[in-house]
Order: sequence, then structure tokens, then C-alpha cells
Amino acid sequence: MGWFTKNDKEEQKVHEDLWVKCPQCNKHVFKEDWHNSHSVCPNCGCYGKLPAYERISITLDPGTFKELNDAIYPADPLHFVDAKGSYRDRVEEVRKSTGLNEAIVTGTGKINDISVVVGVMDFRFLGGSLGSGTGEKILLAANYSYDHHLPLIIFAASGGARMHEGMLSLMQMAKTCAAIARLNTRKVPYISVLTDPTTGGVSASFAMVGDINIAEPGALIGFAGRRVIEQTIKHKLPDNFQTAEYLLEHGFIDAIVPRSDIRKVITQILSSYNR
Amino acid sequence: MGTGLDFEGPIKEIEKTLKKLRKQQEEKHTIEVEQQIRELEESLRKHRDEIYAKLTPWQTVKVARHWQRPVFKDYIGMIFTDFIELHGDRTFSDDRALIGGFAFLGRQAVMLVGHNKGKDVHENIRQNFGMARPEGYRKALRLMKLAEKYNIPVITFIDTAGAFPGVDAEERGQAEAIARNLYEMSQFTVPIITVVTGEGGSGGALGIGVADAIIMLSNSIYSVISPEGCASILWRDAEAHSSTAADALKLTATSLLELGIIDEIVEEPLGGAHSDAQITAVGVKKAIQKHLKRLKGYSASKLVHKRFEKYSNMGIFNT
Repeated sequence: MGWFTKNDKEEQKVHEDLWVKCPQCNKHVFKEDWHNSHSVCPNCGCYGKLPAYERISITLDPGTFKELNDAIYPADPLHFVDAKGSYRDRVEEVRKSTGLNEAIVTGTGKINDISVVVGVMDFRFLGGSLGSGTGEKILLAANYSYDHHLPLIIFAASGGARMHEGMLSLMQMAKTCAAIARLNTRKVPYISVLTDPTTGGVSASFAMVGDINIAEPGALIGFAGRRVIEQTIKHKLPDNFQTAEYLLEHGFIDAIVPRSDIRKVITQILSSYNR
Repeated sequence: MGTGLDFEGPIKEIEKTLKKLRKQQEEKHTIEVEQQIRELEESLRKHRDEIYAKLTPWQTVKVARHWQRPVFKDYIGMIFTDFIELHGDRTFSDDRALIGGFAFLGRQAVMLVGHNKGKDVHENIRQNFGMARPEGYRKALRLMKLAEKYNIPVITFIDTAGAFPGVDAEERGQAEAIARNLYEMSQFTVPIITVVTGEGGSGGALGIGVADAIIMLSNSIYSVISPEGCASILWRDAEAHSSTAADALKLTATSLLELGIIDEIVEEPLGGAHSDAQITAVGVKKAIQKHLKRLKGYSASKLVHKRFEKYSNMGIFNT
């Protein structure tokens, strides 16, 4: 029995090195193919989550990205400890495992030669939750846009507020919205790209107030969690509930754009901007 | 509804006995009973002092949700005059969970906006327990824009478990409605004062809570998530760990003042706001007047600038 289990594990490890299991169709996809398609399943076409730097590399012109404020990382203002341990330890763990300091990477770069400021959230960092540091980086990115008159593009990917920072997290919703609203006073464009998932406090703040709101196909987008709603109304929800397609139908999204077209579409939109 | 406060146990016992004795006294007055009543009243005061002086965060949550606690409409009546309610978001409907309108604070015209919790089951069903839908937030925005046009201050009253989590609310853009309010409120050129009177439930509270001055009643709470919700996610057990979560979330007025999120605490009478609504209202009124006086000194552009700076400075992180 013992050797059998061990063998299984080893085999699984080989699998993990070479193959990715699609979370949607459960088919095993060759890792290189998965990567080449930018985490879009070649079999079923569903969209996987993208790490921030990978998103940046497929969105910006090669070699143009300059990161801003990368030293900002979470403090533990509430000295928060839950069943799994301290927030402080969780942060250290996730910083090590992802190589990221916060749930968003921000910086400047070019898209088809158009200078822009970008913010790209990374779901691997505490579920892309909106902490004080996340909010600060969005504020600083928006302020950079404001000061230099550069379009701002934010790719959201977040479960919402970061409970471990309590009300300081909630206030980042107001802080980021204030920063975005100020762009209007100088007519600086802001494009919001909502990727899977964009929910809770992030959908109810900066992600939903773009001049243009774009979503990726199939992305989960909504305010309240599915389970909470089901508990409230006591029956099951339709399958397409809170998807990008559902939001488009109800008028909250300008367009659903495939990952492979995002550069082209952003370029088109910004070409319509007459500074 | 009607969640009793278990920690008020001794108080409830004494109150029961007192009631009995007073009735007895009415029927047949005696010196001994008179003496007994006086002793019990003294003991009641002492118990209240002791219990309310050291409420745990979880007990504070229960006081903040107490069904007899004064609601927005009570405060309108006790603090303002000539309230005229304005209905509807001009797009979909009139949300009864979030109401507002013109009123006067002394001689100052103001725009009031607040969550409309009810006092009994019927009211609460009609008013959805103060849990607003998108049309509620959009009505609030309409009224606040009107206040800006008429150049009068906005005063908002927060008391909600949260924005309503329902299919219809999602369909009509709950997230967008709240986000839009945060966005617009940050740029309003008139003073905005927010009073948290009971429950400050996450985004549903913040949706009318971007303000130049934020005042909290001493037993009110303001939290990114309910202690129950937090406990069920981070402790996998809402029943057993809500109290732990309430501690961890730092949702009391005292903690939030320390964190720089609110500007002032209005002390409630011992026994909580529900034990003496009038005294509570006097405190709230004074605090509003104080901040209004200060804020009226700023020009429109200074006001917007200061609000932007205030929110820019919110957050604690490492670099």
C-alpha cells in the first residue's frame, strides 16, 4: 500500500510540472499551451486568472513598463489573528510565495506607443483583497495620471475588502473613488477592466466607475456573494448570474473583450480621446 | 427582532421587581415599600453603570442593533424641524429603506439622508430593515446633488446591517450605485456630516458615508463586515466566534477614533441610547452644530481639497 501511494504522489508531481488542470472543464492541458494562450483554456475557452506581471507583459509594449511604489506592503494595524494564525504571518507567507508586496502592481508603460499608467491586481495575493497598501498604490497611480495627464487603466481581480484590516480596508473604497473622481476635473481618461473575480468592495468602488468598463468573458462580477444572496432569497440563482455577460445585459459594462484583443480595444478607445 | 441583551439580565430582574413594587405602592402606600423601591432604584443605577461602562465589542454590537434604539425618523423629530421628505430616484422607484429630504437645523436649511430602520416588524418589512437597494443609493445621490445646487449642507444618518443582498439589487447594479456615491460625494462642494447612530454595515453604510466629519454614538458600530460574516469566513463558525471576530475587527467608536477613521464620539446615556433618546439626541445635535460651524468656514474648493486629503491619508501600511 505504502509504495503505491508514494508512486501516485510522484506521478502527480510530474503532472503538475507538465500539465495544468482547467478549473472549468477539468481537462489536463499541456502547461506550455496554457501559458501560450495566456491562461485561456484551449479546450473549453474559459479564462484562468493571470498573475499581475504576466498580464502586464501581454498588455504593454515590450520593455516599456516601469513600476511605481513597489515597496509598499501590508502592515498589521489591527494585530489581527484568526483561526489560521496572524495576518502578519499570512502576509509574509504570501509575499514569499508570490514575490509580490501587495495585491496590485502599478506603473507606467505604453500600449501601441500611447503612454499610460496601469494598475494590475493579482488574485494570488490574499484574494486580491483591498488593503490599505492596495488603496494607497491605486491613489498614487491615479495621482500620477492626474499630475502627468496620462490615461489610467486598472485591471481588477479581487474578492473585495480585506477583513484583516477592518475599517481601514473599507475606507480604501472611498479613497480610491476620490482619486478616480479627481481625474475628471482634468479630463484624464480612466478605463476599468474587470476580470474574474471582481466582487464586494472592489466592484462597489473604483472598478465600477470607469469612463469605460470592460470585462473579460465569463468573469464573475457582483456586489454580494452568491451564497449570501441564496440564503437571503432561499432559492437557487440562475447560472449566468453575476457574470460579465449578465452585467452587459443589464447595462453596467460597455464591452466584453477577449484577452487577446485587449491591447487593440484600449488603443481604439484612447484614440478617441482628444486631449 | 427583539434580540434581548443577555448581559442586561440583572437589570431586567430589578426592573421587573420595581414594577411590581410600584404597582403595590399605588394600591397601598407603605414606608417599607417606599424604602425598598429607593434601594432598588439605586441598585439599578449601579448595575447599569457597571455593565455599560465595560461593554465588550460583541455586547456593543448587540446594543447597536437593539430594537428599541432610536432610528433615523426619531432623530429627525428630535433634532430638526420642518422635514419635508423627497421621494424616488427618478429612474426606478422609491426605496423605503433609505429616505431623505429638506429640514432645518435651527435656522440652517440642510439636506437629510439616512437609513430608515423601523421600530416594529411591520415597519421593518415595509422598510426592508434599512437595507437599501440601488434605487435607494441613487435617490440619496439625487438629493445630495440637490443640496449642492441649493448650497446647503448634507447630513447623513447611518444605521444599516448593509446594502440589500438580493437578485433584484444585483440586477440593478448595487455595486455601481454605491461606487457612484463614493465617487460623487468626494467632490461635493457643500459640507457633508455623517452620524453613525446604530449599525454601520460595510459598503451599504459607506454609500452615504463619505464625509467631512464622521460622528459616532458611543455604542454604535461601524465595520467592514458583520462579526457573524467574518467569523463564518475566517473561523468557519459564526455561532461560536462572532464575539472573537467583533474584538478583532475593531468596530467600536473608540477603536475607530484611535484609527483616525472617525472624528468624534457622542456619549450615550448609561443604559444606551434607547434608555433616553432625548438626551442622546441633544448630544448628536451639539456635535452636528459644532462641525457645521467649523466646515462653513471653508470655501467650496478648500472643502473638496480637505476632504480629498482626509481620505488620501486613510490607511496604515509599510514602505
